[in-house]
Amino acid sequence: MAAFTIAAGTGNWFSALALGVTLLKCLLIPTYHSTDFEVHRNWLAITHSLPISQWYYEATSEWTLDYPPFFAWFEYILSHVAKYFDQEMLNVRNLNYSSSRTLLFQRFSVIFMDVLFVYAVHECCKCIDGKKVGKELTEKPKFILSVLLMWNFGLLIVDHIHFQYNGFLFGLMLLSIARLFQRQGLPILSRLVLNSGGQAILPPRLTKVLGLQKRHMEGAFFFAVLLHFKHIYLYVAPAYGVYLLRSYCFTANKPDGSVRWNSFSFVRVISLGLVVFLVSALSLGPFLALNQLPQVFSRLFPFKRGLCHAYWAPNFWALYNALDKVLSVIGLKLKFLDPNNIPKASMTSGLVQQFQHTVLPSVTPLTTLICTLIAILPSIFCLWFKPQGPRGFLRCLTLCALSSFMFGWHVHEKAILLAILPMSLLSVQKAGDASIFLILTTTGHYSLFPLLFTAPELPIKILLMLLFTIYSISSLKTLFRKEKPLFNWMETFYLLGLGPLEVCCEFVFPFTSWKVKYPFLPLLLTSVYCAVGITYAWFKLYVSVLIDPPVGKTKKQ
Amino acid sequence: MEKWYLMTIVVLIGLTVRWTVSLNSYSGAGKPPMFGDYEAQRHWQEITFNLPVKQWYFNSSDNNLQYWGLDYPPLTAYHSLLCAYVAKFINPDWIALHTSRGYESQAHKLFMRTTVLIADLLIYIPAVVLYCCCLKDISTKKKIANALCILLYPGLILIDYGHFQYNSVSLGFALWGVLGVSCDWDLLGSLAFCLAINYKQMELYHSLPFFCFLLGKCFKKGLKGKGFVLLVKLACTVVASFVLCWLPFFTEREQTLQVLRRLFPVDRGLFEDKVANIWCSFNVFLKIRDILPRHIQLIMSFCFTFLSLLPACIKLTLQPSSKGFRLTLVSCALSFFLFSFQVHEKSILLVSLPVCLVLSEIPFMSTWFLLVSTFSLLPLLLKDELLMPSVVTTMAFFIACVTSFSIFEKTSEEELQLKSFSISVRKYLPCFTFLSRMIQYLFLISVITMVLLTLMTVTLDPPQKLPDLFSVLVCFVSCLNFLFFLVYFNIIIMWDSKSGRNQKKIS
Repeated sequence: MAAFTIAAGTGNWFSALALGVTLLKCLLIPTYHSTDFEVHRNWLAITHSLPISQWYYEATSEWTLDYPPFFAWFEYILSHVAKYFDQEMLNVRNLNYSSSRTLLFQRFSVIFMDVLFVYAVHECCKCIDGKKVGKELTEKPKFILSVLLMWNFGLLIVDHIHFQYNGFLFGLMLLSIARLFQRQGLPILSRLVLNSGGQAILPPRLTKVLGLQKRHMEGAFFFAVLLHFKHIYLYVAPAYGVYLLRSYCFTANKPDGSVRWNSFSFVRVISLGLVVFLVSALSLGPFLALNQLPQVFSRLFPFKRGLCHAYWAPNFWALYNALDKVLSVIGLKLKFLDPNNIPKASMTSGLVQQFQHTVLPSVTPLTTLICTLIAILPSIFCLWFKPQGPRGFLRCLTLCALSSFMFGWHVHEKAILLAILPMSLLSVQKAGDASIFLILTTTGHYSLFPLLFTAPELPIKILLMLLFTIYSISSLKTLFRKEKPLFNWMETFYLLGLGPLEVCCEFVFPFTSWKVKYPFLPLLLTSVYCAVGITYAWFKLYVSVLIDPPVGKTKKQ
Repeated sequence: MEKWYLMTIVVLIGLTVRWTVSLNSYSGAGKPPMFGDYEAQRHWQEITFNLPVKQWYFNSSDNNLQYWGLDYPPLTAYHSLLCAYVAKFINPDWIALHTSRGYESQAHKLFMRTTVLIADLLIYIPAVVLYCCCLKDISTKKKIANALCILLYPGLILIDYGHFQYNSVSLGFALWGVLGVSCDWDLLGSLAFCLAINYKQMELYHSLPFFCFLLGKCFKKGLKGKGFVLLVKLACTVVASFVLCWLPFFTEREQTLQVLRRLFPVDRGLFEDKVANIWCSFNVFLKIRDILPRHIQLIMSFCFTFLSLLPACIKLTLQPSSKGFRLTLVSCALSFFLFSFQVHEKSILLVSLPVCLVLSEIPFMSTWFLLVSTFSLLPLLLKDELLMPSVVTTMAFFIACVTSFSIFEKTSEEELQLKSFSISVRKYLPCFTFLSRMIQYLFLISVITMVLLTLMTVTLDPPQKLPDLFSVLVCFVSCLNFLFFLVYFNIIIMWDSKSGRNQKKIS
């Protein structure tokens, strides 16, 4: 009986949460899946039936392999399991093949890979200090964090309905973050020798002897591996680079928190470099040997696509496009513009990939790159000049992800998860971060709604969204109930506005005559409305990072 | 309630699970000529919408009773009519007379599933939430956990959202009835219960405990004073609600009789298909249906049912209490399920509902029972291709129960409510100390058998001579379990207030 009790995990809330969400994922198996399902099936087929030299040349299907080599190897390994389910799915010419066994295999592979994500969440929970432990289990930061991460609405619908493998990739990312927080050695020992700010009180040499080095190398390794799985994580690479250089390669700070230049450790730089180099060599080496690197890179970075996706991701460019549209309409009304000079495509925007601006100057990839860099720079400077330990790194990482999302070229709406998930870690620690997190998450998640446009999935997305939103807002409010309210009236009003917006877009609009005339209107409205919220959250987070005093100064006060 | 948000979350989880299950197949999908319960419900919409009330229950050229004729009470028919009006608004083809037979499409499936969800959301779920909020003597957290477990009960979800039926309506009304009667709103309670009976005649399984409990209340208040007034009021409420529901059928004698004939099809035999009751299980050894004439079968099943539920009912009438009422609901419904005439496998839901209500008091036994009840539906669920959602929801329910009640730590005699029973047995048998451990072992054996049988049914092909081998085995095993539960619940009912008295004496 005892064994049975342990096996069933009595009283273990973490395993109950993890099992619960896994079962929910299993229930989502029969839901709609997007073309990404076929994309991954095709990659299974490519890696299984073709030699490596053709992986990045194969173009029978329009969904060519455009992820880095580790992901291709991952598909290769999966394909060796897949052949026991259905051999037919591994045929490159078998386009749009989806038997029920293929469906089961693909869905289960995503669910199974999420084990890594669950483990990473478990590790992240260890990094959260349990000072604010309430009596109730549901009010503990660890509990709230694990729900926020594991039951994340975006991840559920993108991975388990829309179909992608983000779960284990985010698992890798969270794991590498957790390693930057964690220290080797006994946890009790580390609690003894560290102060509340997370900095060692003991002299550096003693901490080294005690084995209290943070596990930076491991973190760097996981991140390097992650980059070779999916290159979208390059967005947050600056944060990693600067943080590791500043906090790992320089071993000491001056008393005022600025860097002590003579503490630079060559050994650490070289070991870090070696890790990154070895991982990259393992990934890109074979293609370098085959002389295929340019081909691989041309697949990884296709700049032929437009500024915005068919559905505008809710970022700065969505606002820019909308402003252009408004100006052109005003211009036409006031006869400043000649109707004959206006490109036809702009009138049906949202349906064509290439969007031509009529009033405002058009945007080139280079412009977006410069904008992104400018947006990222201040946060990087903060990370260098005002080191605040792993928390500062996490905020910088979130800012990097958000800034790239705001200004990047051809950004997908799904990329918002890159900011939401690391931000969850911050949200349970500080009321200010919690408020930003809630605005960002709620609008970001809402902006994923157009991913699921089929009727049977409509209740699912609304229910899951409500589930996550109500939980995150209420639980964080309870957690920070002693501090000032999380939202001001304006933010409350904005967030409540999402409800009527959804009703208008999906319940009222399809029954009006505008449906034929302006089919893009719901998408445009959603995108612009969410863009406002996300821009606001980005701005607020930036301000809070810039004005936050460094750790050293707060201590003196 | 300060933790209202957790209750909202629980309801949302329940709704999400319900809707995701509904994406799966339904009974008789793509299986002409008869299809399944899904087509039956759609057909009733067609009949009620296109024919005048007087022809609903009669065989005619427009209403072939052999093809899913209406055999539920009037309230179901009205509900079908209401749905039909909505269907007509969306797509008249769905309910066109004759031509819509066997109509299947994605949009129609979506519509039908939505009607179930709305009915559930309006009737069953609020009742569950309110019931859990009204529970006494437990913390808010426990109330919420209780609501989660009840809402995740897989049997009801799978039958309503997978197989396709509207059990949540009748069970929801019955639950409103229980709520009303236990909170001393006797008139509202009996009204709700009358609606339940008028939605589905199987609710009669619950009628005796309701009757006995209310009668007991009247006795308690004194039949010469307040009790008599209450009794008259109750009788009026019941008669009035029945008359209202049956009004269109009371115009002619023949109408009423025809509806009753449709509701109680005595000529359909002792049992159909495979059902986990005594008669079907006994059938393995002796073909009762072929040996005994029909009317003897009827009398025999009536006697067995009556005898098995008599003690609990008498006890309830003499000592009416809210807890005793709920336990008697369980034992009566279980007696009906095991012994009565013409039982369907889905009727086990009528037992499961009251078991859900005692979940917080006897978590270990209730969870066990609810698992067995879901298992007993396995052959039906497999026929509908619902294996995956069945396994997943059952596991989810089990995990929810284990985490919210830590059921494995609640296996002492006291927590199984068997303390007073074992004390009285020990007077004659001093060595009777192994009860708690025995129940734990029985649980293990039962769970292992269920898992093994499920695996066998899914993976192995039955031998050609015995094509029904596995489904018969499933029924037989479930029936053994149910018999054990019948004995258990009767024991705790009979020994219930004795412990109360003992405690009073001690204090």
